[in-house]
Order: sequence, then structure tokens, then C-alpha cells
Amino acid sequence: MTFTVNGRGFDEEPRPGQCLRTFLRSLGHFGVKKGCDAGDCGACTVWLDGQPVHSCITPAFRADGREVTTVEGLGSPGDLHPVQRQFRDAPGFQCGFCTAGMIMTSATLTEAQKDDLPRALKGNLCRCTGYRAIEDAVRGRTGVESAAPGKAMGTSVGAPAAEDVVTGRAEFTMDTRMEGMLHLKVLHSPHAHARIVSIDKSAALAVPGVRRVYTWQDVPRRRFNTAIHTDHLVDPDDTFILDNTVRFVGQRVVAVLADTVAAAEEGCRKVVVEYELLPAVFDPEEAMADGAPQLHGTDDPFVRDPVHNILLEIHSHIGDVDAGFAEADVVHEGTYTSPRVQHAHLETHGSIAWTADGRLNVRTSSQSPSIAKVKLAYLFALRPDQLRVFCKRVGGGFGGKQEVISEDLVALAALDTGRPVCLEYTREEEFTTASPRHPMALTVKLGAKADGTLTALQIRNVSNTGAYGNHGGETLYAGGAAVMIYRCPNKKYDAFAVYTNTVPSGALRGYGMTQPAFAVESAMDELARALHLDPLELRRRNIVRPGDPLVALHDGPDDVHFTEDGLGRCIDLVDAAMARTAHQPAPGPDWLVGSGVASSLHETAPPTDHISEAWVTLGDDLVYELAVGTVEFGEGTSTAHVQIAATQLGTTPGRIRLVQSDTDRTGFDTGAFASAGLFVAGNAVLRAANAVRDRILEFAAAHTGVHVVMCSMDDDGVRCGEQRVPLADLVALARARGIRFTAARKAYGSPRSVTSNTQGFRIAVHRVTGEIRILHSVQATDAGDVINPAQVRGQVEGGVAQGIGFALTENHLIDADGAMVNPNLRNYRIPTYADIPRTEVLLVPTSDSVGPMRSKGMAECCINPVSAALANALHDATGVRYRALPLTPERIFGRLNAIAPVTSRTAGPQ
Amino acid sequence: MDLNTITEVVRRPADRPGPDWREGDAWLAGGTYLFSTEQPDLRRLIDLTSLGWAPLVADSSGLEIGATCTVRDLYAFEPPREWTAGPLLATSCEAFLSSFKVWNAATVGGNICLSLPAGPMITLTVALEAGYELWAPDGSTRVVDALEFVTGNNRNILAPGELLRRIRIPTGALRKRAVHRRFELTRLGRSTVFLIGTQTPGRNDLLLTVTAGTTRPIRIAFDSMPDAPTLQHSIDVIPADVWFADPNGTPEHRRHLTKHFTEEIRHELMAGSPA
Repeated sequence: MTFTVNGRGFDEEPRPGQCLRTFLRSLGHFGVKKGCDAGDCGACTVWLDGQPVHSCITPAFRADGREVTTVEGLGSPGDLHPVQRQFRDAPGFQCGFCTAGMIMTSATLTEAQKDDLPRALKGNLCRCTGYRAIEDAVRGRTGVESAAPGKAMGTSVGAPAAEDVVTGRAEFTMDTRMEGMLHLKVLHSPHAHARIVSIDKSAALAVPGVRRVYTWQDVPRRRFNTAIHTDHLVDPDDTFILDNTVRFVGQRVVAVLADTVAAAEEGCRKVVVEYELLPAVFDPEEAMADGAPQLHGTDDPFVRDPVHNILLEIHSHIGDVDAGFAEADVVHEGTYTSPRVQHAHLETHGSIAWTADGRLNVRTSSQSPSIAKVKLAYLFALRPDQLRVFCKRVGGGFGGKQEVISEDLVALAALDTGRPVCLEYTREEEFTTASPRHPMALTVKLGAKADGTLTALQIRNVSNTGAYGNHGGETLYAGGAAVMIYRCPNKKYDAFAVYTNTVPSGALRGYGMTQPAFAVESAMDELARALHLDPLELRRRNIVRPGDPLVALHDGPDDVHFTEDGLGRCIDLVDAAMARTAHQPAPGPDWLVGSGVASSLHETAPPTDHISEAWVTLGDDLVYELAVGTVEFGEGTSTAHVQIAATQLGTTPGRIRLVQSDTDRTGFDTGAFASAGLFVAGNAVLRAANAVRDRILEFAAAHTGVHVVMCSMDDDGVRCGEQRVPLADLVALARARGIRFTAARKAYGSPRSVTSNTQGFRIAVHRVTGEIRILHSVQATDAGDVINPAQVRGQVEGGVAQGIGFALTENHLIDADGAMVNPNLRNYRIPTYADIPRTEVLLVPTSDSVGPMRSKGMAECCINPVSAALANALHDATGVRYRALPLTPERIFGRLNAIAPVTSRTAGPQ
Repeated sequence: MDLNTITEVVRRPADRPGPDWREGDAWLAGGTYLFSTEQPDLRRLIDLTSLGWAPLVADSSGLEIGATCTVRDLYAFEPPREWTAGPLLATSCEAFLSSFKVWNAATVGGNICLSLPAGPMITLTVALEAGYELWAPDGSTRVVDALEFVTGNNRNILAPGELLRRIRIPTGALRKRAVHRRFELTRLGRSTVFLIGTQTPGRNDLLLTVTAGTTRPIRIAFDSMPDAPTLQHSIDVIPADVWFADPNGTPEHRRHLTKHFTEEIRHELMAGSPA
């Protein structure tokens, strides 16, 4: 059939059941993204004869005789379509994976549609921005600024990749084609707990195009952990690439390698597996009971009590909580539960591996290529020089890619066959097999004097790590942050990470702190009510202030530098902001209005080792090459790193060329998580840039005879007293003497700082239907000295939006057999444009950070107070306390004071 | 997504398609549902959009909607002013979870034949007392009341190889007064309940259509406007297993919302009706 794409004619036949999305990608149009492959997210939006359609649900043959337009055809770098320019300048993206679809949709909107953006954009999901930035882009508002030489710090400069992102040229993981590439598909367990008795591969191997069927007998029998940390000893080694026992519905059973995805799928359907079913347990309390089914053996010394499925127990007691409760005037106790929720980054997991010159290359969607490399080297017994792991741009992570769950299989198959191998997750696999947030149940008991002074704080936390340990241990320790935030002489924290026959839990923005924050901040609100105190006032009386020790699980030395009262100022700012809108009217007579607040505190790097190395080199083209291992997936570290380097080198971001996230081209980097991409890697960048600056200045001083203290960087030159020496001259002189202006520096995640925030909501609740509408949302955050104000605002907005999703719209449902009921974006509802209010973001300037240029990463912490602030507002509005998330209408209506039932009479349905 | 088990697409079927229907076949209209989820049992797609069925024919007898009429065309249709229930056409399009981009391809017939409880084209046509013309593979034709078509979640009365050809909405229904209520768990999301009440001009009757909350549409007719307890009772006697449980709502909440909104519908219709 003949058709045109972006004006170019094609004569190609699609496969009969092929959708337009994959057809266009097979022709090289990689700007057409896959977010859901089901018509829900809009990332694949293209135009057919000028009309926008979701290409993933459009039969490819419908393009016959028609004109197709993709984002690549709209404009190109240097020659942007007006809407592409608007998305660059707002900026209207973070990770950039939804951007092509957003642009292809926005560029078709009529004025009437622009007047109703919630409806016009409901077919486009963005998980990063919280949609305010999208609105600004559609309306042509500009947030990006340009920076004068040496003045990038504190300026909202645009992301280095901006023009590539808005034109669909930015390469994401799957945006490539390799000659001879094979494809893997995974057969997943239909059972929650079973032993594999036998696997018959023969029918699968007979499928044309199927090359291999890998079972547990075909993989290195080597236990590892999929979680990414520098120190692998903080996680249990309880996982095999493929196992002969399956412990959750969705676990890998076999992996089929074939010439095409279609053949691999058919191979999966043809594999015959005989299972011996084992009893399963889904609830952690039941899993800890005597006689519960045991998930794991006793081989791993990390596991505390395999008989009771207890991966890890923490018991910490500081002071004497019994004495504290005895001393209290008021004691409050409640149990608060947070469910399983999913990252729903728009780019699914995926990896491509190949061998070349005896080396394994892995291109992957990860938050840490460095650690992925370490894990693969261990699994396949490779020397570090025998493999390379790298990331192109990554389409969102939120912790979901702090996990090695696709790289192992492609490495296995590439090493086995010598062919390039691709594994791309489906959206359903994201929901059923990628690691969601740990469900936690926390019982919080608080004691306080009548004036609000806390006398005792006790927590019992039961966390569901699912079938494997992944991040089960570290998230349990991280929960201490919710204990640390308050000054109290008596603290007790008992916590359990428990194995169950459910999808393994993992890292997700807030990392073990979000659930305890929901519990403790809800309990503090209830305590304030019991004490007849304003909830913010109760916090003011008890939060840690500079000079107080930060005591969570241990009363001992810490590495946290904490000298300014950022949290106190956040509380004051939110208090004032909420007062300004206190008289907002209810939307109607059946609506109840209330407000709620919550706070959180967070260290700016993880407690485990975190290391990053940066290299800065001044090239002959007078551009500084900055090489750093950190991955860009929308968190904005690339922009910040460039700004740090440009500022220190007295130049503009345009003269910094970033090389990133490639173990062959950058130094080691633990990864972009726990806000360490700014705090740790940023410090490495700062130090490397400073070192190169000092070398240039010393060389210039020697060359001019002007003392080095009189020398300073001046964009493409150096000012030495009265003279200005062009960098070009210095580089030429240096080269003649065999000198290069280059330096490497490392930074560590210690010492650390604290960041903090406070969230306020005013909501309206419909007393009959249970619907919640947010009338006002405000977050004050301590981000230290801000490197990029637009990015900080964007991160807070995105974090609040994700938090609103977790509290109000998302519901991960599991049936009686442990299978997920709603593994798609149609029924697991992440917020759309229509669901998210505009959040007022207030920045508290502090200067106590030991991060780069006194900045603080805050993208993680911003989510932590959101759900508690909503639950507290719900209580304020209705008088009813909800201690279990999510706060969806069907879960809350029953306890509201609804219409009295009308007495019955006769009549009936037809 | 790619439907990799499909081996053939019949792009230009016979004007009266169906005689060679076989297992593994599916009628293809917009494709927006078929391509949105795995279809491992399908082998062949038969494209109905190439048959050129007239999308919308309005005349004195009412409105005829070709099954392959896109939601976009229905949304753009401007009903004659005397069709007082005409705004329901657009309202029902807006009840789709999907966005306007999907409407460019999705069809009215496709939505009806998918037969989901929340299918807004089902709500619309049941409330407006439509008849569906069905074509069987043996060449025979039958017309059924829209109410009888959907029998449960994702279930309907179509026999293998039978297809929905057109929907006829009578003028009488289009000239009624119509009041609707809809609720979703998320803003502009999929319907938890979608209810429509209609009333004949100059009369005091009520035709109440209950959908989305129930596995199949329920229509309750009253010759004269019931009092509140009577109306509530008519909801109470809907069998418990008809209330739908899925991620978009629980049976308890759906029943509760239905009772609340039917009373609102009753009030709104009474406010504008002859005494």
C-alpha cells in the first residue's frame, strides 16, 4: 500500500494485525512512543490526514492512501513548529516521553478545546509534570530563561535535550534498530505459589522463528537481588533469573527468544508447564503466623526468620515509651494502611543487548547503569572490562528503574546466541511484574502533654515486600524519617518486612517514608484534635529544630548537617497561604469543606553508600565536556549539572557538552535515586569543574605573569588583571606543551543535609457521592539555594500530582488468587489533567546544605506529606477519619452522613 | 497493539457480509477496542468501514445511525431544535472515557457491540427507545429493542457472524424531555453510573434508564411520575447480582448513587412538567 509519512512517500505492506504505531516505528519514526499500547496514554498520537489518532489502536492498513504526520514531521531542531517551541520554552516536559503525543494533540486543538483543556487533554497522560507545565506550554507561557556567562546558578535554563525532546529526536531506550535483532517474550506464572514439575519446550521450539526457550535449567544458578544499591549486602540474595518455584502471579516461568515478537509470543503460548500448586499467602500478618506457607528456604543468612516469612525485623527503643505514655495527658493510637501503588512511568522497562569484540553491550532503561553492570558481571561471571551498560534518555523512573529486571534476560540471550536481543515490557507486565510500592500497615501510638509536648512515639510497621526481598530492608529503615521529624525523648520503632505471594515491592519516590508519613502525620492530626490544638501548632511545638539531634532508630552520631529551621518556615508559609483562602465557598449545598496539613523531613542522600564521579575536559572546540554517570529521566539532573559546571567555569550552558550514563564513557555513579543525582553527583560535577577552572587559571596566570588571584574565567576567555586571554590561545599553548585541561573528582553521599516540606489542602467532599474536589493545594519546600527554579517547581508539582493519584484515584486491585484485576491504565487510573489542581509552590531559602552550591534535592520528599494532608482535610470536612488509602469515593461514601433512605413502596424494573 | 495472531484482513467484504464467517473472525470497525488488548483467539478481521454505510440519516421518522458512524460524526451532528432530547447525543459522547482523538475512529456500533456496562452509546439508545437492525450470516434481518441487546458485562444477543447494521431512534423519543446524571470515580473518567430520565411532552410519565452501574441496561417505565418512595423502591428491587463490580465502582456505591440521582432526576423533571 502507498502512503506518505511527513511528506515522504512509502510503498510498504504492514502485517495483517499490525497497528500503525509499530508500523511507523519500523519505518524509522521513533518519535511515535509506546506508553500503554492500548489507546489510553496518547504518547503515540500521530495525524492521519491531519486528524489526531492514537496510532497504537489504529490498524496500520488504515494509512493506505493517506498522509501520516508524526512529531518528526512537525518541525526539526532549529526549525520548530510553534507548539514545539512552546513545549520547549514553558518547559512543558520532564522525562519527555509523553511529549510527542502532547504536542501532536495540542497542535490540533481548536480555541473551544483550549477553553476546556481538562477534556481536550484527557487522552494524554503525563506522570512527571502534574500538568501545570503542560497547560503553560499549550497556552504559550514561557518559563525558560537564558543565562549570562557564569550566571547559570538560580536561572531557569532549559534542559540540554529540549529541542531533541520536542522534535521527537531524543533517543529513548527502544528508539533504535539493529540488524539481526532477536526478541524475548516471557511466559508468566498464572499461580501465586507453585513448584514447576516439568516444562515441555518442544511445541514452542517448533514455532517458526523461535530460537531458544530458556527455563530455570538454562540460567546461571546464582542467587542475586534485583534492587540497585552500591552495597549489595543491604539486600538479600533470594532471586534467580529463572526459578523452579514461582512465588507470585506474574513471575517469569520461561523466556522465549525468537526472530520476531509475534513468534516469541506464539512460542510462549506453546510451552507446556506442569505445576505442583503450593498454598499461598497474601497478607503479611497471616504470613507471619505459625503454620503459614513458607516462601523461601533457609539458605540466605540475610533472612531473619524464613519459617515465618520475615525478611527483616527492626526493633529500636530509645528512652522509655511506657514511662512516656504514663506521663501523657492524651494518648492516641490508630492503625494506618497504605496500599500497593505503581510508578506508571510512561516508558516501560526494556533492554537491548549485543556482543561486539568479545564484549557485552547493554542498552537499558535504568536509573543506574553502573550498578546494573556490577550485577550483570556477577550473574554471568564477566570481568568489568568485558561489559558496558548505558542508557539513552529514560522515560521516567520514580524508583521503578532502581531495579535490574530486564537486563539479565537480554544479557543471557545475547551471550548465548551472539545476536542482538531486545526485551520490552508491556504495560500489563509493568503492573503485574515490575516492583510497586510496599503496602504497609503502621500502628502509631502517640502520647502528649496537654500543651502538645510529645512524651512518647511508638510505631509498629508491617511491610509487605512481596515474593522477593528487593528493597524490603532499606525501605523499612527509611521509615525512620517519619519518627525523626519530631523531638521526643521516648521513641519505639518495631518493624517487619514480610514475604507474601504477591508481586515484589520495590523503590518508589518517597522510598519507605511515604507510608510512615501518611501514618504519623494522620496520627498527629488526630492527636491535635484530641488536644484541641491547631495541627500546625502541634507540629511547631514538636518538630526538630537546629541543634536538636536527629533521632530515628539510633541515638548516636549522625552525618547530617542541620543548622537552619527550614521546616518551621515551611509550616509558617503554608499556614499563611491556607489562611488567605480560608473563606473559599463550598461548590454547592451538598458539599462539605475542610482543610488539612502534613509535613515531612528527608535526608538529601541515602544512608547506604552513594558514590559519583565526574570528569570535566576542555576540548579543542572550546566546549567543556562534562562526563557523569547520572541518567536523565526527567528528574532534571542534566540541567542542574550543566548549570553547576557553567557557573563554576564562568560560561554559559551552551558551552557545556554533557556525556552521561555510559559505563564506557563516564565514571562510576551509584544512580539517580534518593535525590542523590543532584546532591552527590552534583558535588562531583562541582569539584571537577572547580579543578579544571583552577588549572586554567593557574596556566593563564603563569602565561601572563598576573597573580592567579587576579585571574578569573570570562566565558571563552580568562581575564588576567587588565588583559583578557582567549581560551583558544590557552588551549593551543597548553596542547603544545602536552597539557590538557581536564579533571576527575568523586563525591560521596556523606555528610548529608535535610530537606523538608509542608503540604496544605482545602477540599470539598460531596456528602452523598463521596466525591472529593481539591479547592486549594499548597506546598512549601526547603530546597536550599535553588539551582533551577522552574525545575524545582516542576518537581514539586509532579510529586504532589503523583501523591494525589496514590491517595485519590489509583487502586491496585488483587483477586482472591493473587492476580491483579486492573493491570492497565484504563482501569488503574493515574491522574489526568482534569484530576490535578494547580499547586502553589512556596520555596523556603536556606543555606545550610552541604550539597552543590548549597542546593538540596527535593524531588523525592515532596510526595511524602500529600496523602496525610488529604486524609486530614477529609476528616476536617466530614468529621470522619479514614485510616486506609486510597480515599476513593466508593471507599468513603458509606461512612458519610448521607441521605436518609426513603421508605419503599411498589414498582419494579421492566 | 499488534494483534500478532491475525493472519488476514478482509478489507472489502461483500455488501452483505457474513456468509463465510468462521471461528476466529471478528468484525472490525474503528478498531479502537480490538487493538487495545490482546486477542489471542482471533485470526481474521473483516473491515466493515469500507462498506460505506451512511453514518447519520435524520428524517421525520427519527434518526438512523449507521453502525460504523464514528463517535466524532455523532458528536458533530446538530439535531433539529424540535428534538428536545437531541443534546443527549453529545452528552453521551462526552461520557466516553476516551478522548476526542479516539472518537475520530471509534464507532457507535462498536461501542454497542462491545457491550460494556459503561458503554454510553448503549445508554443513549436504550434511553431513546431505539431499535437495532441486526444482519445474520444467512441473509436474514431482525430488529430488536435496544434494551434487549446487551445481556451482561461484555455479553449480547449477537449470534456468531451476526452484526449490527443500524440503530433507529424514533422521533417520539427524540421529542421527549431528557434529564441525565453521571458519576465517575475520577474526573471525566469511565462512568460508575449513567442514568437518563425522559418524559413525553405534555405528559407526566417517566422512563428511567439505569446503566453503567448495572451489568445490563435497566429501563423502568412509569405512566405517571412516581413519588419518591415508589421510585426508590423501583431501584431497590433490581436484583443484587445485576449491580456491577469492577475497578470503576462497587455494587453498593453504584446502587447508592443510582438511588440518589434518580431522585434528582425525578425532581428536575417535575420542576418543568405540567402539574
